[in-house]
Amino acid sequence: MTYVRPTFRHPGLPKNKIGYAKSDYEGSISTLCAGCGHDSISGAIVQACYEMSVEPHKLAKISGIGCSSKTPTYFLSNSHGFNSVHGRMPSVTTGANMANRDLIYLGVSGDGDTASIGMGQFVHAVRRNLNMVYIVMNNGCYGLTKGQDSATADFGSRSKPGSVNQFQAIDLVGMALELNATFVARSFSGDKTQLVPMIKAAMSHPGFAFIDVISPCVTFNNNVGSTKSYDYVRDHIEATSELDFVPEKDEIQVEYEEGKSATVPLHDGSVIELRKLSPEWNPTDRYSAVMRLQKAKIKGEILTGLLYIDPESKELHDLMGTTDVPLNTLTEKELCPGNEKLQQINQSFR
Amino acid sequence: MSGKVNDLVIRFANVNGTGSASANNMFSKSIFRMGIPVSPKNIFPSNIQGLPTWYEVRVNEDGYLGRRAGIDVLVGVNPQSFDQDMASVEPGGYFVYDSTKPLYEDAMREDIHYVGIPMMQISMGFFEVARLQQLFKNIIYVGALAALLDIEMDVIKKIIEEQFEKKPKLVPPNFQALEAGYNYAIQNYDCPLNVRVERRDNIGDKILLEGNEATALGAIYAGATVAGWYPITPSTSIVKAFETHVKKLRKDPETGKNNFAIVQAEDELAAMGMVIGATWNGARAFTATSGPGVSLMSEFIGLAYFAEIPVVLVNVQRGGPSTGMPTRTQQPDLISTAYASHGDTKHILLFPSTPKECFEMMADCFDLADRFQTPVIMVSDLDLGMNIHLTDPLDWDDAREYDRGKVYTAEDLDEIKEFGRYLDVDDDGVCYRTIPGTHPTKGSFFTRGTSRDEYARYTESGDVYVRVVNRILKKWETAKQYVPTPELYQESYQSKKGIIFFGTTTYAAIEAMDLFKQDGVSLDAMRIRSLPFNKTVEDFIEKHDEIFIIEQNRDAQFRSIIINELDTNPAKLIKILNFDGMPITAKTIMDLIMKSIKVLSVEF
Repeated sequence: MTYVRPTFRHPGLPKNKIGYAKSDYEGSISTLCAGCGHDSISGAIVQACYEMSVEPHKLAKISGIGCSSKTPTYFLSNSHGFNSVHGRMPSVTTGANMANRDLIYLGVSGDGDTASIGMGQFVHAVRRNLNMVYIVMNNGCYGLTKGQDSATADFGSRSKPGSVNQFQAIDLVGMALELNATFVARSFSGDKTQLVPMIKAAMSHPGFAFIDVISPCVTFNNNVGSTKSYDYVRDHIEATSELDFVPEKDEIQVEYEEGKSATVPLHDGSVIELRKLSPEWNPTDRYSAVMRLQKAKIKGEILTGLLYIDPESKELHDLMGTTDVPLNTLTEKELCPGNEKLQQINQSFR
Repeated sequence: MSGKVNDLVIRFANVNGTGSASANNMFSKSIFRMGIPVSPKNIFPSNIQGLPTWYEVRVNEDGYLGRRAGIDVLVGVNPQSFDQDMASVEPGGYFVYDSTKPLYEDAMREDIHYVGIPMMQISMGFFEVARLQQLFKNIIYVGALAALLDIEMDVIKKIIEEQFEKKPKLVPPNFQALEAGYNYAIQNYDCPLNVRVERRDNIGDKILLEGNEATALGAIYAGATVAGWYPITPSTSIVKAFETHVKKLRKDPETGKNNFAIVQAEDELAAMGMVIGATWNGARAFTATSGPGVSLMSEFIGLAYFAEIPVVLVNVQRGGPSTGMPTRTQQPDLISTAYASHGDTKHILLFPSTPKECFEMMADCFDLADRFQTPVIMVSDLDLGMNIHLTDPLDWDDAREYDRGKVYTAEDLDEIKEFGRYLDVDDDGVCYRTIPGTHPTKGSFFTRGTSRDEYARYTESGDVYVRVVNRILKKWETAKQYVPTPELYQESYQSKKGIIFFGTTTYAAIEAMDLFKQDGVSLDAMRIRSLPFNKTVEDFIEKHDEIFIIEQNRDAQFRSIIINELDTNPAKLIKILNFDGMPITAKTIMDLIMKSIKVLSVEF
């Protein structure tokens, strides 16, 4: 079901510089689990677009399949949206972007949608430097199909049914850096202070802007890694009536100062180490970004912030020499060479 | 002079990667320019260099362009395949070969003529570099054939001059090689042979063109701006030709920038995703592939069908299943294309049979896709796509306007009371869409592959779902009035027996009908040009008791589609099948029909 928000709004709501209230950037009411990190990211997108004074109809929101890919319904109702097929958001966005280079393309994907089924399309969108914002709402599991590990689940982490993940995690940020992505960032859904400006920066970036957002799944990642824990016992009780059990939890909120690491307790009681990039960090140095990322990994920290940006980025249209006018505005006049020309072409086939 | 004039099949046996294609094309073109219909076929390996490759040309002044079995002249320049090549010559035919090294006497047949031309030896006399010796050897055999078959040398020379217009230095050595071959043949053999050519005026204003190149031009004239594609034989040359022509025809005159975007995708899935994204966003876009690509694209094709997004796809079929015979022709993807994707889906298909029709139908595909907001697939094949065909010249009506279908503009949105993306406003099953970026506050909607209501809102209501999918089916009915109509080959029905064919089978089918006619047998005939089938197709099937369905696959897929779509009694549809990877011949059709008749004890 799609729930529609009431349209009545207080007339005195503040407006941005193009005359839109923040409510003009909202979408339908979310049907995700209460406390889902993805809703916080949707909120950050609304906030960023409002603050950026984006004309809603000049943005297209495109997604694949999964919990994360449902979110475009929950923001920017006045934008066209496209919930495509699993793992194929990048190609649909590529085509859309080729047709009209003037819109902002906001691609939303998940860890299953990007790191597994859509890995091929993800890496190729990176290498083409397609002008888009690519947000991965990364919760390490498949929510809609009841919590299977995804390819970004960390080695050794315990799933809700109790199995220990034996496979190495795919680090999308490290991968994007390796593939010479021109804008690479990571954030946490609970950290709007960091996320909102990051999305704004990404929308401004000419080229592929990648944001990996760690976004906890309150329903299927809500277990501690031990068979002796309270959660473990509770899970087994739950097994008899597991289908409709959704734990009500508050969204996780965290704020911390630049250059400091922070410890964030997750819904399930486990802990994430967060470390922001220090103020003296040079985000335009890919090598240092890679090194710093590796160091953080060894220390068991999750590095967030804008990791790398290429200020010289040339997006796909510039590389291809496409005309400045959106291709979808061209008519017969510009497109059809006419019969006289065709008769000359015929002559070359005689 | 006696013997067969302007009615022969000549096959060139070459090694691939040795530059023979250019010489062989020169041969075909020279006969074309003598006013005689030709029909060349490449029979090539899935390989870059070093394996046997053949080029077969049927010369026929009556204009029959289908393949004919039985080789009158074989030009053998590949020792690897000598045995096979020799065996393939008709009794009384000729084996023209490079006699630089002698043939094994044991291998020689007594019922064919041997014409040895020391091609490499002559070439080595003129050229020092090995690669040049190789290349000019090809021109030497063209020269020898000019003498043996009586081809006008001036015509060949003109072709050489045109070909090297920008590299005039290459003209004299080509002439030298050509004349050397010619002179050797004249001096050593009774020229011309018992089969030969003679100038006619049977070409009119026709052109020689590959189906794939015609398809590419159709896309350009129809205003396609975005192409997403992945290389696969035999479709690759569509996008390559699109690129070549569009670069000449579509640069912005002021800025020199491209009024097009071609993206080589990472796979066929992405290629189709790009097309869907681009057309969703209001551009005309297309992709081209072959059977394996259609398999990969199927998920996306279903999305486009259900979410109602225009898509233009060309399937240049090749031998299947799996990787199959990637360089041989077949019509094996009819069912997988017509019903591509899971769930209840069916797609508009167009079946061209000539390059001229590739051009026209490709342009029609874009109008149909926009009009019906659905995938439209042009189903071609390797024979049509990758061989040059004698075809009518291409023509474009400058008064033609693109039919972009039902799209609301910003002004429309201001006027209408409410917008529902999937409201059947006109009661024809086709709804109004909006393009992203059109209006600041009206007309936005959420495109999805899930079930949804008339306002594009997700729904799991069974009633709404049934209403929506039935409305989509209504488009199928409406489309029957828009798709290309079948071609009938008689004013009124003459017989209770008929034949149905489509695509490249047409050449052989027409020839078979004429041959039957000579035997006093008349068959009614219909060439189907599209799916869905319209009233004419239904009528033809209803009015005939036995209908031979001629197609090029093992399982009679076209017949199955007819049965599926029209509830036809299968007993009256007789399978006439050819699926060895070579284009069907008139003789095959006749033999199979006669055999079926015997089995069925049907009397003419």
